Amino acid sequence: MSYHDVAGLSPSHAADSRVLPLRADRVALALLILVAYAVLPFVGNDYVFSAILVPFLVLSLAGLGLNLLTGYAGQLSLGSAAFMAVGAFGAYNCMLRNPGLPLFLSFALAGLFAAAVGVLFGLPSLRIKGFYLIVSTLAAQFFVQWLLTRVSWFSNDNASGVITAPPLLVLGHDFSSPVGRYLLSLTVTLGLTWLARNLVHSQTGRRFMAVRDMDTAAAVLGIPILRTKLLAFAISSFYCGVAGALWAFAYLGTVEPHGFDLKRSFQVLFIIIIGGLGSVSGAFLGAAFIVLLPVAMDNVAVRFFAGVIDPGHLENAQKLLFGSLIIFLLIKEPQGLARLFQRLKERVRAWPLEP
Amino acid sequence: MDTILTLRKLTPGLLTLAMACNGGASAAKEQAAPAVPAAPAETTTTINAATDVKPSGGEQYFPLQSYRVGPYAAGGTGYFGGFIDYMQLINARDGGVNGVKLTWSECETEYVVERGVECYERLKKGLNGAPPAAFNPLSVGIAYALIDRATTDKNPIITINHGRTDSTDGRVFPYIFPLQLNPYSEVSAIVNYIAERGGGLEKLKGKKIVTLYHGSPYGKETIPVLDILSKKYGFEVKHIEVPHPGNEQQSQWLEIKRFKPEWVILRGWGVMNPVAIKTAAKTGFPVDHVIGNIWSNSEEDVAPAGSVGKGYISITTHPAGRDFPVLQQIDQYVLQKGKGNMEDPKRVGSVYYNLGVINGILNVEAVRKAQSKFGQKPLSGEEVRWGFENLDIGEARLKELGALGLLQQIKLSCEDHEGGGRVRFQQWDGQKWGVISDWIAADRALLRPIIEASAAKYAAEKKITPRDCAAEAKL
Repeated sequence: MSYHDVAGLSPSHAADSRVLPLRADRVALALLILVAYAVLPFVGNDYVFSAILVPFLVLSLAGLGLNLLTGYAGQLSLGSAAFMAVGAFGAYNCMLRNPGLPLFLSFALAGLFAAAVGVLFGLPSLRIKGFYLIVSTLAAQFFVQWLLTRVSWFSNDNASGVITAPPLLVLGHDFSSPVGRYLLSLTVTLGLTWLARNLVHSQTGRRFMAVRDMDTAAAVLGIPILRTKLLAFAISSFYCGVAGALWAFAYLGTVEPHGFDLKRSFQVLFIIIIGGLGSVSGAFLGAAFIVLLPVAMDNVAVRFFAGVIDPGHLENAQKLLFGSLIIFLLIKEPQGLARLFQRLKERVRAWPLEP
Repeated sequence: MDTILTLRKLTPGLLTLAMACNGGASAAKEQAAPAVPAAPAETTTTINAATDVKPSGGEQYFPLQSYRVGPYAAGGTGYFGGFIDYMQLINARDGGVNGVKLTWSECETEYVVERGVECYERLKKGLNGAPPAAFNPLSVGIAYALIDRATTDKNPIITINHGRTDSTDGRVFPYIFPLQLNPYSEVSAIVNYIAERGGGLEKLKGKKIVTLYHGSPYGKETIPVLDILSKKYGFEVKHIEVPHPGNEQQSQWLEIKRFKPEWVILRGWGVMNPVAIKTAAKTGFPVDHVIGNIWSNSEEDVAPAGSVGKGYISITTHPAGRDFPVLQQIDQYVLQKGKGNMEDPKRVGSVYYNLGVINGILNVEAVRKAQSKFGQKPLSGEEVRWGFENLDIGEARLKELGALGLLQQIKLSCEDHEGGGRVRFQQWDGQKWGVISDWIAADRALLRPIIEASAAKYAAEKKITPRDCAAEAKL
């Protein structure tokens, strides 16, 4: 009975409109953040930081960006990787051509570039709806990749079109070590998540959902459809752009346009489908599922079966298992992990009375 | 809410679509594994049973970021199979390198950069106390992503026959080794071969050459150097891109037909190669004037094209076949014991397998060289790096290794992380490759200033102070 919402019922309107109305949720989140900042940096090793936590955080952020657009505003997109690419190459060029530019400012500028591109490719959303909109965002996906490969200025005339991240300096401190990269990604991701959570509880967020649920009705209510849709594209692309910059700078350290191909867009889309459309925590749960589970499975498989089973077969077996898990999950809970988590909480609340 | 509901219903469809995108290129590469010149004795089953030798300390570890599934599995299985079989030979025949046994474990990358990075981080701490000697990811993308990490961790990255061209300059890239042949040398050697066929470099003037390249960083890498060579020798060059994956090339080959070049250089990858050969034949371009580069030179690249592939020429740093003493010893000590790594024993001696074997030779020789300075014990990555930089394999040593004619003479230094720069040319006779040229050298003196300029630019961008090789040599 430790998890109960009656005790947390709020006495005033101000308290009621908090981002996390339940006290237990707030405490849990505070504990989680405390662990992420004060415990993990001391107990983790290079492998945990650079191979697990950083990609998890970056893809969560990208998923969150797409979720704002698809889950909240109802606009389908397969261009997430393109916006990530704009962010990565944007941040790179900002820092290359303006020596001394602060890292966070270049990330913000990268996000703004991506937002501009997002608005441009979001324009058709006024006329095109649903699945047909995928085609227009798909155009962004192919166009951006083509442009970055074609125009060598973007990669500073590198012969093979690959960019390399400069040293990560924030206020004179070097964040290039694995733990530094982790803290950098964590801070950016948390900050933007806090903004997103506030956004979806604001008037803008409610407008997004009104447009998603029925745009004719939303228009009748006086919601400017074009502006709302373009704003959703801009914000979503901003998030993806920052995620792309983190992907290049904090995670891999070097990227080529090919690293942001259609596969990556699908990956981000699956993160929110599996995690839960229209939910902030869904992006994190989905990223955990898509990023962490295969790594965990591989570690277990190699530990127990290496040398016994042919490595190729072992890999294929993992793919089978992972695929089956996805299908099982989507049958059990089509609304994703976030909904599953929600149901679990409801069960816990009623636990001793209703099993 | 309608779109969202439809999206959920369509999720399985989207998943299938994505999988088709991922695996599309796999078919052509994996289907064909043609026979290699008859083996001395055909081995029976060769499932890689217990290749992961249990270490007990006093061992040198080779972390293998292998790929055995996905679109490039044909390359991965052949290369890592050859590499593992050579290490098994060293353990079985010599009891390791000067008594230090070799050990290894695999981590599947699927040729995907993120997985390669994850594998690097997982494997870099060694295996049960055995320190890692060098990483061999056989992927340009993964190698690029490892440059910073490996330099910080002091682990050599070996990118045999590929990789970042300017990493040849070891002063700026202390831990990266594009062994034997970097992309610029490769193109230079092809141009020299074309000149030789036409009667000398001065005869290149006025000739027309087309490069048909894969639309990726790898494909684009050699455009600038070809332009430089065309200015120098006065031939005309046209670059034509084939978008990934390259299973439709009708328009490109019609353009080639209009341009009427003497030679076409094929910078292909995966499924693009057999399609290029087939389309060349279909549009009436003589296949024996198509020269495949280092990633268009395996049996798996030409066999799927069928009979029209006959006459196709490609570059290689090593011939296919099993007639070399080292391969016969692998057969004797490893394959006949039923320990071979190849699932399909017919692929032993193929281009990819032999690449794995020579890569094994170079890695093991580097460890041996490093042991001569640091002692006969398991060595750190930094010490093995010294071994690579002081690698000097001459003809006498090649004979001892049983690899004369298979591996070229190679000498590396602190400044030069490539070392070889020679290739041979081979021609497909419909069944197998036959070597048709002697060793042809790249014009490395011409390329060196370009490489140094590129490395200097990288150093400026990354704020790296180049090493002082002369001072290090005195230590």
